[in-house]
Amino acid sequence: MSILVIAELRESELKSATFSVIAAAKVLGEVAGCGFDILAAGAGGAAVADQLKGYGAGTVYFSEGAEVADYTAEAHGALAKALVGDKGYKYVMAAATTTGKDLMPRLAGLLDEAMISDVIGCEKGDGGVVYLRPMYAGNAIAKVVLSGNVDLMTVRETAFDPAQDEGSASGVEQFDADLGELKARFIEFRLTKSDRPSLTEASVIISAGRGVKDAEGIALVEKLADQLGAAMGASRAVVDEGLVPNDLQVGQTGKIVAPDLYIACGISGAIQHVAGMKDSKVIVAINKDEEAPIFEVADYGLVADFAKAGAELLEKIK
Amino acid sequence: MKILVPVRRVPNPDVKVRLMKDGSGIDTEGVNFLLNPFDEFAIEQAAQIVESSEGEVVLVSVGGADCEETLRAGLAVGGTRGWLVETDATLDSADVATLLAAVYKEESPDLVIAGKQSVDTDNNQAAQMLAAKLGLPQACFAYKVELGDGKATVEREIDGGLEVKEVDLPAVITADLRLNQPRYAALPQIMKAKRKEIKKSSPAELGVELASRTKVLGLIEPEARAAGQIVGSVDELVEKLKNEAKVL
Ligand SMILES: Cc1cc2nc3c(=O)[nH]c(=O)nc-3n(C[C@H](O)[C@H](O)[C@H](O)COP(=O)(O)OP(=O)(O)OC[C@H]3O[C@@H](n4cnc5c(N)ncnc54)[C@H](O)[C@@H]3O)c2cc1C
Ligand SMILES: Nc1ncnc2c1ncn2[C@@H]1O[C@H](COP(=O)(O)O)[C@@H](O)[C@H]1O
Repeated sequence: MSILVIAELRESELKSATFSVIAAAKVLGEVAGCGFDILAAGAGGAAVADQLKGYGAGTVYFSEGAEVADYTAEAHGALAKALVGDKGYKYVMAAATTTGKDLMPRLAGLLDEAMISDVIGCEKGDGGVVYLRPMYAGNAIAKVVLSGNVDLMTVRETAFDPAQDEGSASGVEQFDADLGELKARFIEFRLTKSDRPSLTEASVIISAGRGVKDAEGIALVEKLADQLGAAMGASRAVVDEGLVPNDLQVGQTGKIVAPDLYIACGISGAIQHVAGMKDSKVIVAINKDEEAPIFEVADYGLVADFAKAGAELLEKIK
Repeated sequence: MKILVPVRRVPNPDVKVRLMKDGSGIDTEGVNFLLNPFDEFAIEQAAQIVESSEGEVVLVSVGGADCEETLRAGLAVGGTRGWLVETDATLDSADVATLLAAVYKEESPDLVIAGKQSVDTDNNQAAQMLAAKLGLPQACFAYKVELGDGKATVEREIDGGLEVKEVDLPAVITADLRLNQPRYAALPQIMKAKRKEIKKSSPAELGVELASRTKVLGLIEPEARAAGQIVGSVDELVEKLKNEAKVL
């Protein structure tokens, strides 16, 4: 009876979200009274397994053959199913990133189990572990239990501080399996190139909404971001207008973020946007409409035209 | 081409939910229900595919009798006919996927296009589970779909940008926000939708016994944020961020 953490790799690199999942596994391990193993599948799996052996896992399994070199839900799901079957894990967790959200429900389907998305905590219950997860765009926290054979879940990265290397020496083992017929192929990435920190890793985020208006407004937000060493985010309105790439969207259906400082520029504060940023430590809103709902979640609100206030802010923080 | 589109009835996502005092659920008094927004993108995509070739868009909804209204809404924006799997049971996405799999087996569609997630539960599970149960490939969070000979090439929205994936058909695709611009229901279409066929079955008639392994013990309010303050100028903002919040 133990936990399997599914690490996330892309282009041979370990994704940092994995460290939050390891942290969550330790919390769950305390509650459930068990340890955890890790599966690192994909090109570079052996090197990543080596990188992960100091984090307190019993065993770090890796697989890096041709079939799993590139991530597909089909191949990685079949591999994880084989490992779960082999070792009899009671809990399986991955990050609630786009990859985890693609993979974990597939694995649940393969195992004929139910699962929980976006776990932010867990506690001991009568029959087993009670999981906490947001629902309704974060307007409710649900306490949920699963009654199948395996508790599968994705974990919200912002709810768990990344685990640190504790100098332990986990065993490292190769694990390969017959994956059956694979009817899907990875073709290529078309990733957004940016020198700014990524949204989920930044301690400061400055986000643009429809109120920044145009390319000129976006350029001003970018300058502010660079001055602050911040990541840039956006509302759906701005993404839809094609002013910024889609992976900058913050919200219920975009990125969930919780930086030390979140500055919302020209964002109205729709339920779906607030769902993605309301756990930020300090929220600043700049909006010309004093009635805008964003002010209900802002620690500091400035009622002003962004073009003017943004330019002044840039001067003042230089 | 026959395309199956699972559609869900959800409380209006633009209205902030109120929790029941005892935490047993949400207060639906006075709340209107709509077609899950992501499922509108799925219907639109299916409708566009069928319009440019030939075939039908079969909408399937699982839930109470009210889901008929949801199906009618979908039939007015591109659905050809509907199927209501009627049950008042509380379902998790695994149950939904099990029922959808049973419908799939009866319909044998060439493609399934679902929404990426229900905006009430935010689960983002049912379609992937369906694909797994049927042994089909999946292409989730679609930004662009191109159908080729016996396969689909899908650009998927992922952290950091896009990923291109090729899947053999039949496959399960889920629609993300930017896949298309769903059409508005025009009055003649709404009238027409009223006459379109909606088949009804119970889970038992589909040979499914529900497992319902997810139990929500209760809902609690998230921690509220302390009231903030309105500052009078950029200077004051910078001063407070530096000295009060200490984040600059
Ligand atoms: C299924 C679904 C999922 C969604 N998911 C997301 C999501 O993940 N993230 C997301 O952000 N949205 C999401 N949305 C969209 C969301 O409902 C809102 O439409 C969106 O967040 C609005 O973006 P906005 O605040 O930039 O634009 P608007 O709502 O148009 O607000 C613009 C604001 O700018 C202010 N303004 C105008 N001019 C100025 C100026 N010169 N200076 C300063 N302020 C100015 C206005 O007062 C206004 O408050 C989703 C919607 C649906 C249906
Ligand atoms: N009750 C339901 N009936 C039909 N389809 C559903 C139902 N619930 C979910 N779906 C489909 O599955 C997708 C993902 O749902 P979920 O796993 O609930 O986030 C939705 O966008 C719908 O396309």
